[in-house]
Amino acid sequence: MIRKLNLRAVVIATLLAALLLLPLYTSLTGDRFALTLFTRIVILALAAVSLNLALGYGGMVSFGHAAFLGIGGYAVGILSYEGVGSGFVQWPIALGASALFALVIGALSLRTRGVYFIMIPLAFAQMAYYIASGLARYGGDDGLTLQNRSSFAGLINPSNKVQFYYLCLALLLGSIYLVWRLTNSRFGLAVQGARSNDTRMRAIGFPTYRYKLACFVISGTLCGLAGILLANNTDFVSPAIMFWTRSGDLIVMVVLGGMGSLFGPLFGAVALLFLEEALSRITEYWQILLGPLLLLVVLFARGGIDGLLKGARRG
Amino acid sequence: MAEPLLQVDNLSKNFGGIRASDALSLEVVRGELHAVIGPNGAGKTTLISQLTGLLHPDAGAIRFDGQDITQVPAYQRSLLGLARSFQITSLFLDLSVLDNVLLAVQAHQGHSFHFWKNARRDRDLRDPAMAALKRVGLTERAMQPAFRLNHGDHRQLELAMALAANPRLLLLDEPMAGMGPEQSARMVEMLRALKGEVTILLVEHDMEAVFALADRITVLVYGRVIATGTPQEIRANAQVREAYLGEQEATHG
Repeated sequence: MIRKLNLRAVVIATLLAALLLLPLYTSLTGDRFALTLFTRIVILALAAVSLNLALGYGGMVSFGHAAFLGIGGYAVGILSYEGVGSGFVQWPIALGASALFALVIGALSLRTRGVYFIMIPLAFAQMAYYIASGLARYGGDDGLTLQNRSSFAGLINPSNKVQFYYLCLALLLGSIYLVWRLTNSRFGLAVQGARSNDTRMRAIGFPTYRYKLACFVISGTLCGLAGILLANNTDFVSPAIMFWTRSGDLIVMVVLGGMGSLFGPLFGAVALLFLEEALSRITEYWQILLGPLLLLVVLFARGGIDGLLKGARRG
Repeated sequence: MAEPLLQVDNLSKNFGGIRASDALSLEVVRGELHAVIGPNGAGKTTLISQLTGLLHPDAGAIRFDGQDITQVPAYQRSLLGLARSFQITSLFLDLSVLDNVLLAVQAHQGHSFHFWKNARRDRDLRDPAMAALKRVGLTERAMQPAFRLNHGDHRQLELAMALAANPRLLLLDEPMAGMGPEQSARMVEMLRALKGEVTILLVEHDMEAVFALADRITVLVYGRVIATGTPQEIRANAQVREAYLGEQEATHG
């Protein structure tokens, strides 16, 4: 049992060390592609961490989290286009917009249950997708190119790839820490109780609606942060960032990594993007290979990768 | 005698043409274990539901510690100190045993918008939760997920959750339902230990348990109280024998 536990700790420590040392490796080998790939992995892992808070801990199957990627990304893109380049202005506005959007979606969808809960965020995300496609001033379907990345008065230079990578990594680790604090707090306990048995929670005196709503807003805001980073990473934002398949990718990452586990989303993001990279070298139709693989995880490893690493502890 | 902790006055509740509670009155004295018995369909669960606020009576009044709570909603009654254990267990199965009890404690400590401090290490939550688990003998299983426990332990955990809220009146709705003899005996022992510390209203089918535990028994038939008294008085009551206990109990008694 202890050995299994250590295996998980070793994997986490190795992964974190690799992520921290990656720029060293790329500067030694000159492998710029690795840095680009990993920046992307880190950002999407942040998005998966945010979704895991709602989905894994709160039991809210949000099939529309990509909308927050889009809102974060477009807030930065539009402000930059309109001449507001400072990150100190862009980021709070982008986060505020994500929080507000999450508040509206959450307030509506949390009154429903089951499949309806899944449909409402999906509907809002598709709506955001079509609105963005219709924004002719900001590129419409073709998307919007960022003239400059967010500037931070010389404190950090997001245009420097290594600095930007570390910024993303710091925010990812910060968000994992945040989720750890949240899920162990009274608030987190109430949210997990509501996931487990909402009726009982209300019977013993918890107004569960407001706790779930707060959880959803925090989750959406964090995902908006990932959107900000994503737009800065590619110097570009387009409606595709919030297409429903993207929301699906985020759910796949969470399920693959392990729902309701702290490091699960990170495992899931790394695994999915690596698989995507590796399988697409084998065949253009790599998703044909990915599908059965996911099926195996869902059928035989309910706890995802994190569950496998915990291994005998549960089974 | 001091003022009763719970006072039910002329409670009436109709479902269509059926009188589930018919001018029902009873008093639960502080510190006593008061049992309510009656044949199936006597309106025992309807009574409990009205006491906890899940059902509203058509007429009559419920007074708890001198305060009229007839119109007080369910969750506020629980905050006043009325705790109920459910007839059908309704736990947080995928959470740990300790988390189940922590939540029961937390429900009574104001809002839960505390985002940062670790709740599982918070002594204000943990101490009463662990004390309640100790009461029911589940200390060693505190860290296990609740789904791992067997049926008997689930009932014990239910009881721990009710106790953790530090209730002044514990409403137990058939706590022995579905239990084997060994588990029942354990539950009887535990209720005996609780007696005197907390006032208990017990609805139970298991006659052996009721007569072993109760200080006072109320017998319901068709929503009406036909007798209230000590176990000896109830045993001796001809009307009760006729209506409920039957020949079998009469010959044994």
